[in-house]
Amino acid sequence: MEFIDILARIIPPAIFFASPLIFTALGGVFSERSGIINIGLEGLMVMGAFVGIVFNLTFHEVFGDATPWVSIFVAMVVSAIFALVHAVASITFRADQVVSGVAINFLALGVGLFLTKQWYDKGQTDMVDRPFYTIDIPVLNKIPILGDLFFSGWYLTSYLAIILAFAAWFIIYKTPFGLRLRSVGEHPMAADTNGINVYAMRYVAVMISGALGGLGGSVYALTIALNFSHATIVGQGFMSLAAVIFGKWHPLGALGAAIFFGLAQSLSIVGSSLPLLEDVPQIFLLIAPYVLTILALAGFIGRAEAPKSLGEAYVKGNR
Amino acid sequence: MFANRTVNILIPIISVLLGLLSGAVIMLVFGYNPLKGYAALWTGAFGDAYFLGETLRQVTPYILSGLAVAFALRTGLLNIGVEGQVFVGWVASVWVGVAFELPMIIHLPLAVLAAALAGAFWGFIPGILKAKLGVHEVIVTIMMNYIALYLSNEIVRNVITDGKDRTDSIAPTASLASEWLAGMTYFSRLHWGLLIALFMALVMWFLLNKTTQGFELRSVGFNQHASNYAGMSVSKNIVLAMVISGAFAGLAGAMEGLGTFGYMSVKSGFTNIGFDGIAVALLGANTALGVVLAAFLFGTLKIGALNMPTVAGVPTELVEIVIALIIIFVASSYMIRWIILRFKKEGK
Repeated sequence: MEFIDILARIIPPAIFFASPLIFTALGGVFSERSGIINIGLEGLMVMGAFVGIVFNLTFHEVFGDATPWVSIFVAMVVSAIFALVHAVASITFRADQVVSGVAINFLALGVGLFLTKQWYDKGQTDMVDRPFYTIDIPVLNKIPILGDLFFSGWYLTSYLAIILAFAAWFIIYKTPFGLRLRSVGEHPMAADTNGINVYAMRYVAVMISGALGGLGGSVYALTIALNFSHATIVGQGFMSLAAVIFGKWHPLGALGAAIFFGLAQSLSIVGSSLPLLEDVPQIFLLIAPYVLTILALAGFIGRAEAPKSLGEAYVKGNR
Repeated sequence: MFANRTVNILIPIISVLLGLLSGAVIMLVFGYNPLKGYAALWTGAFGDAYFLGETLRQVTPYILSGLAVAFALRTGLLNIGVEGQVFVGWVASVWVGVAFELPMIIHLPLAVLAAALAGAFWGFIPGILKAKLGVHEVIVTIMMNYIALYLSNEIVRNVITDGKDRTDSIAPTASLASEWLAGMTYFSRLHWGLLIALFMALVMWFLLNKTTQGFELRSVGFNQHASNYAGMSVSKNIVLAMVISGAFAGLAGAMEGLGTFGYMSVKSGFTNIGFDGIAVALLGANTALGVVLAAFLFGTLKIGALNMPTVAGVPTELVEIVIALIIIFVASSYMIRWIILRFKKEGK
């Protein structure tokens, strides 16, 4: 098998698995940059997946071909509102951010499954009729080599994820809003002294993370899972959180980390059909992404510096 | 009128009440009768000896996984890897349980010990990485969960058995199950593990509050720099905290492997014993007694909920929502504290 063929079999599935993680990890970057730990990413993805699937099932006749797009938009909005629970608890009520994030995870799963039982009378929803489909980008897919790798068999949402990562980088590093966001996460008192509304910035950041988490969850649901049950989102949110830390709280770092996770996951699935890897017992391929992540963190990137005030509630007037 | 200590005890109680109240409101909104719902939950948890036995059975691993999370948190470490440590403990205990033929007095302690050691080892890795290389323990423990899941499945499928999805049942000499306890509770799966769990809560309390080592562990949890300045080895304490935390979690796995099930099967996903342990530890304010009480509450809710669909038509998932809300209320104790103080002022 030629090298290019091998790449062509690894890269599209890698991006396919990575896209939901990219969205969610970007959400994590926004929230954590503002100083709010977001362990609730998992729950936000659950909420996104639930809303995405239910909306898709309910309104697929109304919106026709646009259904999956409208679904992920609605999932974004609902998850952003849902993230307010985390924001209110951890910003206004000064709750421990890890605790309230954990609560978000429980709450999302509880609400999702409760309503699924309530509306569908069973533990999981039906399969959606209108998921996302892979597409070949016309013209560009005719480019030799690159066309096969990057312009055929991808989901449009994957391109969106990558574009969003660059947009997030631009917003966080090149706009006044981003400067304020980072300052609030590094030194909220200094930011406050300069007239930045710390609470408002943090609320906005947490809601953005909700929106992106919801986007990630719904994209996962409408490309990979195709229905909602207790087993739809199992740990992807935690993987995204890992991508945030792995990527050193930088949007493009998170993008790279998420693609790395996707790549490892894709290897564990298509690996058995590749030369060199076909004789490796599947267990090694299965645990490879996680082992590699640990090794990478231990060996290559070393100490990652979190935003200075990460995890601390800001109390006006306290020194 | 309200000492600080009283407020600290009041907060979890008020949170639980608020959580249950919210659950009632949700039931009302969806057209269920909350009284009927909670009555069903109560009978489902304590209605007869069988339900009581099952409730206590569910409480057992919760105590241990709660202790595991709480112990690490006291040293300032968030051990999200309890789930994985439960898995390796479960596998290790079952492995010893099926592989050896020994008299009970050796076999059972050996199987329990194997679980604790496996869990401890699984906690040691993130501990040493955090201590020596400063790698974030949250991310490593998350990764370790998945490794544990896949590795356990592999061991069950290809090491303990020949390609089967379930191990044989463990030898009776390694079992925690008790005919006497089962007989008393109409053949529930209640087993002797409850005593181990309660004993471990005692161990945690003693270790943290009555020994020099425990003082060091807590001190590192409060302020690493100050502890270092006072001559304590921060990295040693971090590793130790993760190892002990992992051992508690491994024991929780042994409760399932040697007590409730008596075997291990290939799992498609996590058991949630470890993740629920986070909730247990949080509600229990990271103290040994608190964890036991919180485990009791969550065990009751989980088992009682199984009775709700048949009797009151309420989906069991309501309980998950209630548990989540309880945690949010506990976390938002600042708000509750503020309200209590408000009342206090008006009372004067």
